[in-house]
Amino acid sequence: MSEAHIPLVPEKTKPLPRLSEAEGLLSWVASVDHKQVGIMYILTAFIFFVIGGIEAAVMRWQLGTPKSTFLSPDIYNQLFTMHGTTMVFLVVVPLMLGFGVYLVPLMIGARDMAFPRMNLLGFWLLAFGGVLLYFSFAAGGAPNMAWVAYQPLSAKTYSYSTGVDYWALGLLSVGVGTVIGGINFIATILTLRAPGMKLTQVPMFVWTTFVNSFLIVLALPALNAALVMLLADRLFNAHFFTPETGGSAILWQQYFWAFGHPEVYIMILPAWGMIAEIIPVFSRKPLFGYQFFAGSSIAIAVLSFAVFAHHMFAVGLGHTFEAFFGATTEVIAIPTGVKIFNWLATMWGGKIRFSVSMMYAVAFIATFVVGGVTGVSFAIFPIDWQVEDSYYVVAHLHYVLFGGTMFAVIAGTYYWFPKMFGHMLDERLGKIQFWLTVIGFNMIFMVQHILGLMGMPRRIYTYPDSPYWGLLNGISTAGVFILGAAVLLFMYIIWKAVHNGEKAPDNPWNGWTLEWATTSPPPIENFNELPPIRSRRPLWDYYHPENPDYAHANPEQTNAAADPKPEGRTA
Amino acid sequence: MEVSKRPETPGAAMKATGTPPAVADKPMMDKTLVGMLTFLSSESVFFLLLILSYLYYGGKGTTGPNSSVLDIVRTGIFTVFLLSSSITIFMADRSIAKGNRTAFVGWLVATIVLGAIFLVGQITEYLSLFNDQINLSRNTFGTTFFTLTGFHGLHVFVGLLALATTAIMAFTKNLKMGHNPGVEAVSFYWHFVDVVWIVVFSVVYIFR
Repeated sequence: MSEAHIPLVPEKTKPLPRLSEAEGLLSWVASVDHKQVGIMYILTAFIFFVIGGIEAAVMRWQLGTPKSTFLSPDIYNQLFTMHGTTMVFLVVVPLMLGFGVYLVPLMIGARDMAFPRMNLLGFWLLAFGGVLLYFSFAAGGAPNMAWVAYQPLSAKTYSYSTGVDYWALGLLSVGVGTVIGGINFIATILTLRAPGMKLTQVPMFVWTTFVNSFLIVLALPALNAALVMLLADRLFNAHFFTPETGGSAILWQQYFWAFGHPEVYIMILPAWGMIAEIIPVFSRKPLFGYQFFAGSSIAIAVLSFAVFAHHMFAVGLGHTFEAFFGATTEVIAIPTGVKIFNWLATMWGGKIRFSVSMMYAVAFIATFVVGGVTGVSFAIFPIDWQVEDSYYVVAHLHYVLFGGTMFAVIAGTYYWFPKMFGHMLDERLGKIQFWLTVIGFNMIFMVQHILGLMGMPRRIYTYPDSPYWGLLNGISTAGVFILGAAVLLFMYIIWKAVHNGEKAPDNPWNGWTLEWATTSPPPIENFNELPPIRSRRPLWDYYHPENPDYAHANPEQTNAAADPKPEGRTA
Repeated sequence: MEVSKRPETPGAAMKATGTPPAVADKPMMDKTLVGMLTFLSSESVFFLLLILSYLYYGGKGTTGPNSSVLDIVRTGIFTVFLLSSSITIFMADRSIAKGNRTAFVGWLVATIVLGAIFLVGQITEYLSLFNDQINLSRNTFGTTFFTLTGFHGLHVFVGLLALATTAIMAFTKNLKMGHNPGVEAVSFYWHFVDVVWIVVFSVVYIFR
């Protein structure tokens, strides 16, 4: 499909040995071009998204009616484990990495990532980990202990099949690949920025990816270490987490969440960055409070290492412990709230264009606020004790991960697809797709708040016919069909755009960042020449020499809402 | 939806714009060193968790042997070999900066020999412990001790491979003399392995 538009050989001067353009598809395995690797990341994530989505749909079918016998408990356990693991490690994180790999070099005016071959290695470790994880189905049963792998459920005594081993090995591969990606981003952003671009002038998506990379580099090794210990327990009869031989089951929880809560922000930080790219462009205003957005990202990254035990309030770790983590959890909501105001203030007084991308960005703010409010309610640990392991938690995490990250990713897809493939996505169909997604998503998950507060436990394959439970679960399951239709329509929109879509101009949305300063799709070397970079919006300066950002002491003071229409722009 | 049809795209076909050139930035850091330092910070967290596991069980199990079976003098001697290798690789760094290829290869070989002696010491220590039925599955002491020191040993081994590759490249004149970030990165890694061992040796052998 896209081979025709993306140049196949990464290096002009030093082509890869024994690989030529004539080999066509093979270059999708061996190319080290960041654009191709980025698209491979995104495609792989999308394939796993469909797989994980089907798993979720099958579970919702089982839960659609009380006392259903569609699935056996064991199959149900395998499905929710695989769904969670897939969505976290093989969909959301690869999407964040993939968009970063594609966009960061373009946004900072670089030729490629700092370490192109490591970039490809990171991708293949991820893909290999995904295959290893799914191979467990063929090797005698998928893991069935939930994606958090709490002990003793993941111990040999409870989980004798090789599912947990494949889970741990697969995630180890994914984990190492993700760390490689993080290292690469840090080196790229620190050392390959275009001449004149200060670290304080990078686009916000680059900044959030930068902060995110520190989280990846410092949090993923915690997962890797914990997985190594789990594997030692399971394969070599070690005693890290086995209480019956002197180990500690709580230690696993500490390690897992020491990784797991930074991971939550790893899954959202670049998505925030995407929204911070999209909203200014479609509001015709610079991002309001760039410094606050950048600073609050750092604050969140630091705090995210100090909140993890709020996942463990129900363990009973003592009041001092709980009070500390409850307080930090409430504190981390402040920098998160700052970002909401950044976006709202950017839109305030702006000349808003409701493209599909912008509609998703606005919907993101709404659903993310819902997820944020339920999230901060867990900081009050009596509430946490009440709703622990109930559908309230499921609703919360889907509001931040689907209503948050996935909405941002879809917004980003509508925004950057023209740049990546040189074709516009159909806006009319896109608006239908948007409403299907929003309605389907809220139907599925809004009712789960109520179910959770009524006490419906998560990770249980069926439920009794309590008052309203059947009705609310039925609504939730009905929403799956609408969301499923939205995904199918999305695939059709992409297919249509690639095959006979309207050709995209180089800068279809009048963006201001450097990725719009090259052709769509970009040539192999990204840029022949760069516009001078003296502010955060080099393309604005380039097209508006009469009122450039760098002429103002503070870029935010630019009166950009009064965007003068340059020649050639249709209003 | 509005789509602008702009005739020219600055990056793809930009001519001189008449605006003053962008302010030149300070030269940026070297990407190889940034990459290595980032990698080492990641490795630190990995070792931190292994060390925490060891400390959590306090070098003992509910039953069976504990850290008192370890021979501090013997391992201390091998530790001296490993720590001296940090000095030899420092000398190697100085030699390559001066462009002295022979001295560089010599100091690298000395580093490799010192590192290998440490590794041999670790292997013999393991063998004698295995002989006493102390292993990964004996109790939590065995589990945490062998995981922690084993992963350190693995890092020493990887370091030896990197040093050997560097030495062979230098010996066959395939390595740029003078300022060479790749060689510096290997040296960073080797110092890191030494620093980790100082912590591990203190935790496991000295303050037990």
